Amino acid sequence: MSHQETIGRSAHKINPNKAPIDPSRATPEGKYKHLGIWIFLGSETVLFASLFGTYIALKNSTAGGPTTQDLYGLELVFLMTLLLLTSSLTSVYAIYHMKNNNFKKMQLWMGITGLLGLAFLACEIYEFAHYITDYGFTFRSSAFGSAFYTLVGFHGGHVIFGLSWLIVLMMRNAKRGLDTYNAPKYNTFALYWHFIDVVWVFIFTVVYLMGMVG
Amino acid sequence: MTENTTSNRLDTFRKQENKDEMKIQVISFVSMIAFTIIAFALVGTQLMTGAYLSILLFVLAVVQAMFQFLYFMHLKDKGHGPASALIYGGMIIATTVILSLGVITWW
Amino acid sequence: MSATTTQKRGLGTVIWDYMTTVDHKKVGILYLLFGGIFFLMAGVQALLIRTQLITPENDFVSAGLYNELITMHGTNMLFLAAMPLFFGLMNYVMPLQIGARDLAFPFLNGVGVWLFIFGGLLMNSSWFFGGAPDAGWTNYAPLSTQSPGHGVNFYVLGLQLAGAGTIISGINFIATIVLMRGPGMTYMRMPLFSWTTLVTSILILFAFPAFTIALFLMQFDRMFDTAFFDIALGGNSIIWQHLFWIMGHPEVYILVLPAFGIFSEVIPTFSKKRLFGYTAMVFATFLIAFLGFMVWAHHMFTVGLGPVANALFAIGTMAIAVPTGIKIFNWLLTMWGGSIKITTPMLYALGFIPSFTIGGMTGVMLGSTVADYQFHDTYFVVAHFHYVIIGGSVFGILAAVHYWWPLMFNRMLSEKLGKLEFWLFFTGFHLTFFIQHFLGLMGMPRRYWVFLENQELDLGNLISTIGAYLMGIAVIVLLINVVLSYFKEPAPRDPWDGRTLEWAVPNPTPYYNFKHTPLTRGLDPLWIEKMEGDGKIKPAEPLHDLHMPYGSILPFLMSLGFTIASFGFIYQLDGPHGRILIYIGMAFAIGCMIVRSLKDDYGYNIPKEVLEKEDD
Repeated sequence: MSHQETIGRSAHKINPNKAPIDPSRATPEGKYKHLGIWIFLGSETVLFASLFGTYIALKNSTAGGPTTQDLYGLELVFLMTLLLLTSSLTSVYAIYHMKNNNFKKMQLWMGITGLLGLAFLACEIYEFAHYITDYGFTFRSSAFGSAFYTLVGFHGGHVIFGLSWLIVLMMRNAKRGLDTYNAPKYNTFALYWHFIDVVWVFIFTVVYLMGMVG
Repeated sequence: MTENTTSNRLDTFRKQENKDEMKIQVISFVSMIAFTIIAFALVGTQLMTGAYLSILLFVLAVVQAMFQFLYFMHLKDKGHGPASALIYGGMIIATTVILSLGVITWW
Repeated sequence: MSATTTQKRGLGTVIWDYMTTVDHKKVGILYLLFGGIFFLMAGVQALLIRTQLITPENDFVSAGLYNELITMHGTNMLFLAAMPLFFGLMNYVMPLQIGARDLAFPFLNGVGVWLFIFGGLLMNSSWFFGGAPDAGWTNYAPLSTQSPGHGVNFYVLGLQLAGAGTIISGINFIATIVLMRGPGMTYMRMPLFSWTTLVTSILILFAFPAFTIALFLMQFDRMFDTAFFDIALGGNSIIWQHLFWIMGHPEVYILVLPAFGIFSEVIPTFSKKRLFGYTAMVFATFLIAFLGFMVWAHHMFTVGLGPVANALFAIGTMAIAVPTGIKIFNWLLTMWGGSIKITTPMLYALGFIPSFTIGGMTGVMLGSTVADYQFHDTYFVVAHFHYVIIGGSVFGILAAVHYWWPLMFNRMLSEKLGKLEFWLFFTGFHLTFFIQHFLGLMGMPRRYWVFLENQELDLGNLISTIGAYLMGIAVIVLLINVVLSYFKEPAPRDPWDGRTLEWAVPNPTPYYNFKHTPLTRGLDPLWIEKMEGDGKIKPAEPLHDLHMPYGSILPFLMSLGFTIASFGFIYQLDGPHGRILIYIGMAFAIGCMIVRSLKDDYGYNIPKEVLEKEDD
């Protein structure tokens, strides 16, 4: 197809004097991506609702194993919540710098977001290991165990996916700078990351806090 | 020449606008942290117990989630009509799913 | 004709072209091709079932094989035939109807179609790997968790893949309709088929995640010994039923709403009148979708949810009859006083209205909780849902295939053979299923592989089987029609004197769809131009370069990776080779994702000088 010319990066470069208000939505593709991730999150809402429903239905089915009151501790969950909430704020900072067309600061804040996410993940792994070794509470112990690990694990899986996404995104664009081609990708990631945080808000409330209340 | 100054002025104006928005974001973050601390404190100090506490905790979670959606994720901004329709639609279905699984599974 | 399509190409090039395509038209044809193949397979399975039931205590197939046949027939028909066939039509027609040049995410469209194809092939490959799933298409626990062998694992992972593809396509359709409508194409000027595409996609978006989770729970229970459905460890099998039907009931509307959309295109075209009550039709579609979400527990009346829950769901179920009735009356009133032309698509539309109404009425009967205790799991239910799904969805698909064939394949299907096909299919369909209402009322339970003689069930079952063979012959007539059409002259442009934008493009459809961005001046834009203008759609803006995406092999490879991993999950209990397959497959799929992330894909431009040489 010789008559078809490729359009290179030049079409996506941002003119610093005429920077778009929101570079993530300056191109049609950016607009599609923005709506697309929202539609996807709508779908994820029902996905997690199904898991929450399963957990609520099975949380008292301990089959003689450890119960919610035996297991959960406030301190670690509080720490995890702070980590994830803060990572949500740092990704807001990253998008703030994106709108100011400041690529370096955006990468920096995205990096901090990733580190906080990593710390959260470490806490979660520690928590699971603690339950397994100290209580012998596993995936197979009881219906409650299956439901607990599946719900919290699905959230953890989303965190892992988000972190991998972020790493690839940051590496790929490290030397390219911000343009209207990759700005939507950062914005899409930020929205996904906030959603993970929303899900965590419900996990710490419904699973941990309500589990301790009984 | 004139065009250049206009765009520069626009830039400072926009920067100020972004900054103002960031202030709101920080305020919503602080309030989210506050809600979290209240929720954990309620459970930790056992000031309240039982169903009322559960309801209160859930309300706090919903408020926090709305902060995330409306401010952090900009759902309150213009041009988010279809996005909010889908997310709220998802929430309605999600509520139905959770209620049905939570309530009529063991009947 | 455009330069690219006139070039003679070898078979290998064509296959490579389809493997790497991200063009919505070619993806649509892939959906139709594989949906058609699965449709034929499921049809053969249906004929085997009916052959087994032709006489009392027949031993044509064994009981175990019979269970596999009914499971595969149902699953193939619903998830791998009817839904993908609609997806094919939506993919091809919807962007043309709204004046768009492609879907919002062409790459994801490729991912969606290949996930569906590989998922379908994976599930159907179970016949060669020690037996197909045999727990019914509903796959109820604990029957499914106890089912020996790997059959149910194939069901779980095959549908998991196909379901992921379905959600991806649903997201794509919504984004396309919301953001890519052409100038002047407001929401309330959209053709009804595009409307039903939107509403169907919303249903998919919210219904399928529940099924994804249900399948995960089933997978964990069967392969990792978790206890979701294990009563001994506190599990509860009702959870499967809830999650399954939270998807399963909207699924029914996912299958029937596009058919409603198709008939809302076919009936006005062949009545030469605009659709009666367009606005009411749109809102009825939304109402059906909303109510369709709130009634899933009517499949579970006999579970013992208690009178309160049963009563609520019964009321919701009966309420759906109201918007459906609105639609039926609107179709009738569209035909009222029109100059009706009886063509094959129109015949299907005419056949659909009474057939679907019967299915709807038995639906209200089943919605009555008290009566449902009698009807439950009898042939009455089988008759009911076949009336809805064949009388609604399959009639819709067949009408659409005849209606849009000239648009999609540039050839007309023979009207003579088409009418023969319709009468065979229509007669066969009613012969097969009408009698089953009575078989059910006489107490014949569904899913039993034999029935006893001298219980007055013999004649009814014989008639039913004869009808099924008539339907089989009708499908063969369709296939002959398709093959013969290949040798015909190219079809004229706009052969049906259409009303909507898809008939305004040259034949065959150029790969960029519209040279000029089309301007829509009202409902039925092409008809408006025919009545008030020169019959040609006005350009909304001067000709300029068009931006097109590149094709890519990555969707194919990514789906292949996930399929390999799925085989690994199925066999991971049998030893280390399964686990190795999981790692290989996942690494491959994730590698493809990373390549996709790292590689720039800016697409290319078609310069306007090239476009100027093309037909309008």
